[in-house]
Amino acid sequence: MINELKEIKMRAEERLKEITSLDELNELKVKILGRKGEITLLLKKLKDIPPAERAEVGKMANEIKSALESRLEEKEKELRQKELELRLSREAVDITLPGLPLIKGRKHPLTQVMDEIRTIFTGMGFTVAEGPEVEKDYYNFEALNIPKDHPARDMQDSFYITEEILLRTHTSPVQVRTMEKMAPQIPVKIIVPGRVYRRDDDATHSPMFHQIEGLVIDERITFAHLKGTLMLFAKKVFGEGVRVRYRPSFFPFTEPSAEMDISCVICGGEGCRVCSYTGWLEILGAGMVHPRVLEYGGYDPEKVTGFAFGMGVERIAMLKYGINDLRLFFENDKRFLTQF
Amino acid sequence: MGVAIKWLKEYVDFNLTAEDLAHKLTMAGIAVEGLEKTEDDAILELELTPNRGDCLGMINLAREVAALTGSQVRIPKIDIRENEEDVNDYIKVNIEEPHLCLRYAARVIKNVKIEPSPAWMQKRLMQAGIRPINNVVDITNYVLLETNQPLHAFDYDLFTAREINVRRARPGERFTTLDGVERELDEEMLLICDGDRGVALAGIMGGLNTEINEKTTTVMLEAAYFAPGNIRKTSRKLALRSDSSIRFEKGADPNGIIYAINRAAMLIQELAGGEVVKGVVDVYPHPVASKKIELRPERVNYLLGTELTPDVVKSYMERLGWTWEEKGDCLLVEIPTYRPDITREVDLIEEVARLYGYENIPSALPYGDTTVGGLTPYQEIRENIRTIMAESLYEVVNYSFINPVLFDKLMLPPDSNWRNVVKIANPLSEEQSVMRTLLLPGLLENLSRNFARQNSNLAFFEMGAVFYPRGEELPEEKLKVGAAVAGMSDLNWLKHQVVLDFFFLKGIVEDLLRRLGIRDYQFKKACYPFLHPGRTAEVWAEGEVIGFIGEVHPEVGANFDLRDRACVFEFDVDTLFKLSQKKRMMENIARYPSVERDIAVLLKDEITAGEAVDVIRKSDDRILREVIVFDLYKGEQITPGYKSMAFRLKFQSNERTLTENEVNDVVKKILDNLERELEAKLR
Repeated sequence: MINELKEIKMRAEERLKEITSLDELNELKVKILGRKGEITLLLKKLKDIPPAERAEVGKMANEIKSALESRLEEKEKELRQKELELRLSREAVDITLPGLPLIKGRKHPLTQVMDEIRTIFTGMGFTVAEGPEVEKDYYNFEALNIPKDHPARDMQDSFYITEEILLRTHTSPVQVRTMEKMAPQIPVKIIVPGRVYRRDDDATHSPMFHQIEGLVIDERITFAHLKGTLMLFAKKVFGEGVRVRYRPSFFPFTEPSAEMDISCVICGGEGCRVCSYTGWLEILGAGMVHPRVLEYGGYDPEKVTGFAFGMGVERIAMLKYGINDLRLFFENDKRFLTQF
Repeated sequence: MGVAIKWLKEYVDFNLTAEDLAHKLTMAGIAVEGLEKTEDDAILELELTPNRGDCLGMINLAREVAALTGSQVRIPKIDIRENEEDVNDYIKVNIEEPHLCLRYAARVIKNVKIEPSPAWMQKRLMQAGIRPINNVVDITNYVLLETNQPLHAFDYDLFTAREINVRRARPGERFTTLDGVERELDEEMLLICDGDRGVALAGIMGGLNTEINEKTTTVMLEAAYFAPGNIRKTSRKLALRSDSSIRFEKGADPNGIIYAINRAAMLIQELAGGEVVKGVVDVYPHPVASKKIELRPERVNYLLGTELTPDVVKSYMERLGWTWEEKGDCLLVEIPTYRPDITREVDLIEEVARLYGYENIPSALPYGDTTVGGLTPYQEIRENIRTIMAESLYEVVNYSFINPVLFDKLMLPPDSNWRNVVKIANPLSEEQSVMRTLLLPGLLENLSRNFARQNSNLAFFEMGAVFYPRGEELPEEKLKVGAAVAGMSDLNWLKHQVVLDFFFLKGIVEDLLRRLGIRDYQFKKACYPFLHPGRTAEVWAEGEVIGFIGEVHPEVGANFDLRDRACVFEFDVDTLFKLSQKKRMMENIARYPSVERDIAVLLKDEITAGEAVDVIRKSDDRILREVIVFDLYKGEQITPGYKSMAFRLKFQSNERTLTENEVNDVVKKILDNLERELEAKLR
């Protein structure tokens, strides 16, 4: 009987070598281990063996049976693995084919830059204030310490609607409007993004462009705070490595006034065409709020002080993205808009 | 303005390279925009801020250099040999408008020989951008560059009355300036007259009638102070700017006049062989005194965040050459009249800051009450709308002013409200002459321009204000969000392309409304002059129109040169905000299985999907969860005048598993209702 079992095992192992599919394997399994399989039938004869030998034969028979079973199992695993591999290789796709293009859109680069700047300042506790684009001469000039016939009006030739109404030439009127609303409450901490208009149209001037204005009023606000705040801003927009410098400048609504330069983002300060070989780029105007403007806004300049700043969004976007022509922002060419 | 360094060194000593000087000046607020090296000199190109007009004069610039370097200014000494005659016998001066002409001084120089000025002088004038003419005229310009005081030289022999009258011009009075242009004046303009005859447009340009010429032998020099505002106004009205008007506009020094006229007389004597008549006619009815301004050193630190001692503050006043009296903790600083920009304490604080160096002021972050920054609910919703739009459309930014011709292109009737515009009084061109009342024209132009540049498949949106006039008041500004699309989504090998049509846009609008929490809205058929009459809807919510959507009328499309059908919408952002619901409550997710049934019905052409869905929805409010229109078919096998519409119905209960019969009953009810109300037949 043992011999017969060994015989069966040998034949099964021979057969296993030839088998290449799960079906064939199953067939073999049934033939040997099934209810009417060779081993099953043989084991039924165990009872005919004398009791003295039965134990040993039975033990051996079981060993052979379980050895066979595990061989079959092994083979099955092997075949399943092969089959999976085959399927996976059949299903391979050309991964260099392009993906499904989504229906997509994007914010205008100017909006993206304004969002970024806004987020920096709201993170520092600023709120966003807004005002009309068509504005009264009073708010645009008068209350900002720019009386009629002031030479500073030359700097910003304006579009007029009537004698007293014009398209705002900067976002600064919102400073006064906000102060009027808030005075005498402190602190005031606002930024003002928006469209502004100047009567100028050439390669470096657009009759409409965007500014972001900032205003802080509180007790004991100093020029040092202006420097600290704008330094933080510059680092967040242009990177930790950026250097800044402040030059005295002139705005009728701030005193002292400053121009903030950053180290050229193109050449890092070595000097290149973009920075006219100075290593510096003019980025924004700022200053301590002029006492007269505080008065117009309803604050006592002896009790509170403040700083204000304003920047051109187009200029910052041009530097950030290396855009070389201002007009691209307003041509709205798809090939431009899809890049940002 | 170009400044030659060698020339500057005649007035102040400094030991700096041209580059270092340029840097120092720039960092002190006198911006040097360029540096041009010549063979033996360097020219600084200054870009002065409007408050520092004083630095248009070399001596004042030298004062600035002195303050920055701690050196001394050297002002040329006056040395004139006058004759025994009295200038008052030659000329009288009468100022009729003392608030427009604060001071008028005159000198007379005889026996002048007109010839070209010496080469060194011509060179300096040219470096500064002034064309040399002859010795006398060049000297007046030279002294102007030196002192910042404009001067004018008249040919005295061409005077007839020999009495200078400073008066307003008469309306319509004609006067020919040196440049040969005859100009029409008005009563706001100030005229220098010989008797009653105009001989110079005050502070701006002399007259042709008394011009210095080669036959001139007797010269009358004028040095005066004119009110800045009046000069600026006249100069603008006549579109005539001169080296003289630029300086008067910014404010010259009324107390520098005598020095300047003497300096010019001296140079004429030296270089044109003149004989100076004794004395100066000087009419100065209300002398301008130098201001005294209080400066609190403690306030300097208060504003700058510095810790400067009073002595340091004083040292800067000293460097500027200004004197002070001490008054308690205050300095009472006397401001020379050549610095009209210094009018109050804060201006003096800026002087201290400039000289101390902005780079030396510390840097700190504000402390005090912390504020919670961020957006108002309105701003937040508005930015959300922009973000949602930008998921499927590219944002454009168009000018707020448009060409009124676009209203014709939009086929707006003559009485359309959209034609009621805010007009710009001084536009750059007709194309930018009126404020937009719709975003649409800009968006259609975007499509048109992109088509012209061979860009196809376009999907744009813009968010921006439109403007409605309100008489004398500021116009009403309404924020709108608009979109324009044409073509298809991008071509791809998967053949998944979406047509950018009415329903594409409608999908965006529905998504927007849902995400803003606006549930209750209707699309109603509508008519707009610029839209396809069969493909236009108005969107209503809570009883008001919130916007329109539609396909562009083919004729309007043609007017804008659109190559493809285009669809547009425009919504009012404020209204969207008003209707938006921030609060959104979760609906329970049913745990019991859902059942789906598809039905297809035959409907008359004129029955809309909206009507059919309404009937279906009204049929059951317990287990019917979703109705999706998933097919619309016309053509073969469908009777003409009819269409087949298929709906997927989804049923579900929150309480139990639905039975077959229960669902069948509802489907039957739906079909009955469709048949009864819309004459629909099951297919």
